Amino acid sequence: MDITRRDLFTVGGKLLVLASVGATLEQITGAAPPSEAYRMADHWWGMIIDIDACIGCGNCVRACSKENGVPKGYFRTWVERYQVAEGEQPHVESPDGAMEGFPPSARADLKSFFVPKLCNHCADSPCVQVCPVGATFVSPDGIVLVDETYCLGCRYCVQACPYGCRYLHPEKDTVDKCTLCYHRITQGLTTACCENCPTGARKLVDFKDPKDPVHDFLRNNKVEVLKPYMATRAKVYYKDLDGSVR
Amino acid sequence: MRRLLKDWIHLVRPALVLLAGLGIFLIVRSMVIPKAFGQYGHYRPGALDLIRQRPISYAGQDACIMCHEDQAKVRAEGRHAHVSCEACHGPLASHAEDPGANSPKLPEVADLCRRCHEKDAAKPKTFPQVVTVEHSQGVACDACHKPHNPHL
Repeated sequence: MDITRRDLFTVGGKLLVLASVGATLEQITGAAPPSEAYRMADHWWGMIIDIDACIGCGNCVRACSKENGVPKGYFRTWVERYQVAEGEQPHVESPDGAMEGFPPSARADLKSFFVPKLCNHCADSPCVQVCPVGATFVSPDGIVLVDETYCLGCRYCVQACPYGCRYLHPEKDTVDKCTLCYHRITQGLTTACCENCPTGARKLVDFKDPKDPVHDFLRNNKVEVLKPYMATRAKVYYKDLDGSVR
Repeated sequence: MRRLLKDWIHLVRPALVLLAGLGIFLIVRSMVIPKAFGQYGHYRPGALDLIRQRPISYAGQDACIMCHEDQAKVRAEGRHAHVSCEACHGPLASHAEDPGANSPKLPEVADLCRRCHEKDAAKPKTFPQVVTVEHSQGVACDACHKPHNPHL
């Protein structure tokens, strides 16, 4: 049988109509709803921090402490106040991790700003490399976590972390750290610190989500990670980070 | 040399002990290491589920607005539009779960306002700040400012 041009158009047209009806039906009836289950392979978490928006209120520190049951005197996140005089070493303070904010600065004539800190969830994390028992690891969605049931409490990782983000839990005797609120973000919520930041200075981001504002943020701003020379591939990006910050 | 070869029998017993030790080690190792260990890397994947099971304290903005839409509307018109409910009211997931049983307390205004708005050189210049002592002379902030929409 020869196929004429007319035949081709008729059959093609009919198929097109059928396909579009099918597609609309699927949309109306919701025949194939998107899976709501959390898939680790679809995410790569991090955080962006805008130094110029941080007011040092300590909301993040309190929220983190309450959300994660952080023992008193220990911090998974904290805020530092830098006061930098020209040509001198910076003066850094963080009274009780900024749990109750900061007392007013003694001097108003210095360059000063707040720096919120937390685990940088490094992709090449020194803490993971030194763990002798596989108790700390980078999860497939990019979060550095501790397996409490495996941790021996040897503190190698506490010493290896260049950012001072780990501590030995005084009651559990295992190492404890920021989980980037893994129990929240896997349910579609943001972290406790980001939820409670009144100025939006810190935001949870997903590098694998093409619609995430992080891509615009990284393109449009001058950003830096803490201690880039440690080559840890940290995933907490700071906007307008001053060179004096350690 | 010949004698060494003749005495090879002496090596059998220690070799057997070594092999038995190795066997026991392998058996114990296979029993102790969880089956899924190493699925994603050199760790126990079950730890991920364990960490995810932690209860939530902060319900999140969306949960609050489901019931308190009126307050959210007032707040949306003011400068506190982007401050989440629980940033001032504290963790209220238990309230969101069971609104009747857990009624939240109002926050302490004096500390609450001061933490953000007390004047400090380190705060961004554009952020509204006051020296409380000069500004209000001990009058509570909420005597004049409504917290949800603080502009007078």
